[in-house]
Amino acid sequence: MMRHLISAADLTRDEAVRILDTAEEMARVADRPIKKLPALRGRTVCNLFFEDSTRTRISFEAAEKRLSADVINFAAKGSSVSKGESLKDTAQTLEAMGVDAVVIRHGASGAPYRLATSGWIDAPVINAGDGTHQHPTQALLDAFTMRRRLVGRDAGIGQDLAGRRITLVGDVLHSRVARSNVDLLHTLGAEVTLVAPPTLVPVGVEAWPCEVSYDLDAVLPKSDAVMMLRVQRERMNAAFFPTEREYSRRYGLDGDRMARMPGHAIVMHPGPMVRGMEITAEVADSDRCTVIEQVANGVSIRMAVLYLLLGGNESDAPNPRTEEK
Amino acid sequence: MSKILIRGAKVLGGEAQDVLIDGETVAAVGTGLSAEGARVIEAGGQILLPGLVDLHTHLREPGREDSETVLTGTRAAASGGYTAVFAMANTFPVADTAGVVEQVYRLGKESGYCDVQPIGAVTVGLEGKKLAELGAMHDSAAGVTVFSDDGKCVDDAVIMRRALEYVKAFGGVVAQHAQEPRLTEGAQMNEGVVSAELGLGGWPAVAEESVIARDVLLAEHVGSRVHICHLSTAGSVEIVRWAKSRGIDVTAEVTPHHLLLTDEMVRSYNPVYKVNPPLRTERDVLALREALADGTIDIVATDHAPHPHEDKDCEWAAAAMGMVGLETALSVVQQTMVETGLLDWAQVADRMSFAPARIGRAQGHGRPVSAGEPANLTLVDPAYRGVVDPAGFASRSRNTPYEGRELPGRVTHTFLRGRATVVDGKLA
Repeated sequence: MMRHLISAADLTRDEAVRILDTAEEMARVADRPIKKLPALRGRTVCNLFFEDSTRTRISFEAAEKRLSADVINFAAKGSSVSKGESLKDTAQTLEAMGVDAVVIRHGASGAPYRLATSGWIDAPVINAGDGTHQHPTQALLDAFTMRRRLVGRDAGIGQDLAGRRITLVGDVLHSRVARSNVDLLHTLGAEVTLVAPPTLVPVGVEAWPCEVSYDLDAVLPKSDAVMMLRVQRERMNAAFFPTEREYSRRYGLDGDRMARMPGHAIVMHPGPMVRGMEITAEVADSDRCTVIEQVANGVSIRMAVLYLLLGGNESDAPNPRTEEK
Repeated sequence: MSKILIRGAKVLGGEAQDVLIDGETVAAVGTGLSAEGARVIEAGGQILLPGLVDLHTHLREPGREDSETVLTGTRAAASGGYTAVFAMANTFPVADTAGVVEQVYRLGKESGYCDVQPIGAVTVGLEGKKLAELGAMHDSAAGVTVFSDDGKCVDDAVIMRRALEYVKAFGGVVAQHAQEPRLTEGAQMNEGVVSAELGLGGWPAVAEESVIARDVLLAEHVGSRVHICHLSTAGSVEIVRWAKSRGIDVTAEVTPHHLLLTDEMVRSYNPVYKVNPPLRTERDVLALREALADGTIDIVATDHAPHPHEDKDCEWAAAAMGMVGLETALSVVQQTMVETGLLDWAQVADRMSFAPARIGRAQGHGRPVSAGEPANLTLVDPAYRGVVDPAGFASRSRNTPYEGRELPGRVTHTFLRGRATVVDGKLA
């Protein structure tokens, strides 16, 4: 297993499948009366959040606590960072306090990479989202959700997503979720198509292992999963698209469009959803929409990543064969 | 001892000759010159060039003396073989008045290592709204001839037109930092495959090229001359080539780092590679080399941009843009242009001394190595190979992308009006 988790692109197929398989085991912990494992007892994990993200931070915190780690939550707002302390100083302060791993969320692309490679600290670094670069645990939880839905919970063990056709729709340009998903889904053998207005497709996308289309309706009938990406309303001020209404008409997912998807196909969203613009309530609330499952799966994936990166003892992990009676 | 005999140096890379310096001037150039009464420098195998002239240096004083001062910057310049540098105007306060440019000029005189010719801001406070007192700066003791808002683009077409027209009265030149501001909002590196992958805001080539295209047309329209700072794209080269073929009075510069480094280096997220304009692609690098070789790009300018350690030892987005360059420029040019066969040493002398002195109208610099000329000279050992160690830099800052990299060539001696500022590779 690698030492840090910075980018989904760094994972090999086998590493990624191992994380998904471990997450499947971790998911069973959630079904127990006492949702806790001793794997990281005595270990301290710091959640270093330079950017607000309640749902990701809570997900990591839940994962850490279920593994019995001691948790330090650090939010940049109101901290020494707001008084001008640098990332380097903050990281070194935490290391001096003896943290065993750092989960970092940062508004600047590359900040976790710098933290992991600059020699500032020794602890493993887990990227919880950096700028418009990467959000690897999000991609892993998305892949986990797809594998469960499209392959099956138990049938999926050891499997990848070979041959599955996944469509990502929306603001690819500013989306770390899109970058992470394209990398990971490609590694797992899926065929990925990005759908967005040309203004929201990055220059240089031709080097990515995916197709690009501007026509959502043409792609929907051949999609096994359609992942809607969040569109930030402030983008409209920068003329990425004319109006919210026009965006919704061309790239929003409503009931009519969902009906053009194959019967088994699922709808995904990393949240939070902008209902009415990206996705209608009818779609968001349908059985085919996996948003809530994605949240639950996020905890399992983060448990798996923490467990594997921190070198948890294999014998501490729940064994699916003995757990299921 | 006021006489120095440089024995057996290849003058501009040609045949080995002796050069006798007497006082502040070159007394004689020839073979078998008498060494009587002179200190002798055995220069066999070395190249003698006219003192290098940098049209684009940031000395940071006044205002950011923690990064560089005129004294430390000119010591760095001398170490790199320079005898004259043009100091950019984006200081604090901005060099937009006669008072500030005279201060910088005086500090240069006092340093004794290198002549400092201040560049005046085009607009008040570099704000791009109101012309600075260009004439007063020209008429001051500093005698400003080059005007630039470098660091910012003069993006208002009317202001740019007026500046180009106005400096004609005293033979000045406007040096443009070509960067369309709206197209580069949030930009952090070259826009392309690498920026898409790294999730860093893209600085598109067209943001540079569109401004250059506009400015060469403006220069043609008003019959003035314009200088384009730090060209970085193949498209910019094409526009300048077209403008020259049309007879437009345009000159252009390229930095050493744009001749060597590409945006692939940014994959490390190491801010030593963060620079404005950004490092471009391999294709751009090759186009820039070719353009410097064929004369489309007139000169090499360092864009020496010192920053303190803490401004670079951080995450990419928070880091300052720029890299130091005075002490490594000639080595990079040797590697990218001489050792590739694109330029000979005489052409290096043109691109790094004669032409920049001509564009900036630097008195006494960029002169032929011949009797009666000011003894502003640089002696280079081209056979030297060494690993760059910034700990040995004379600059106050160390933000170099070349740390640990082997580069060829070494400036062994620099002479400013006959006085050695560098002897055997060390500051005198």
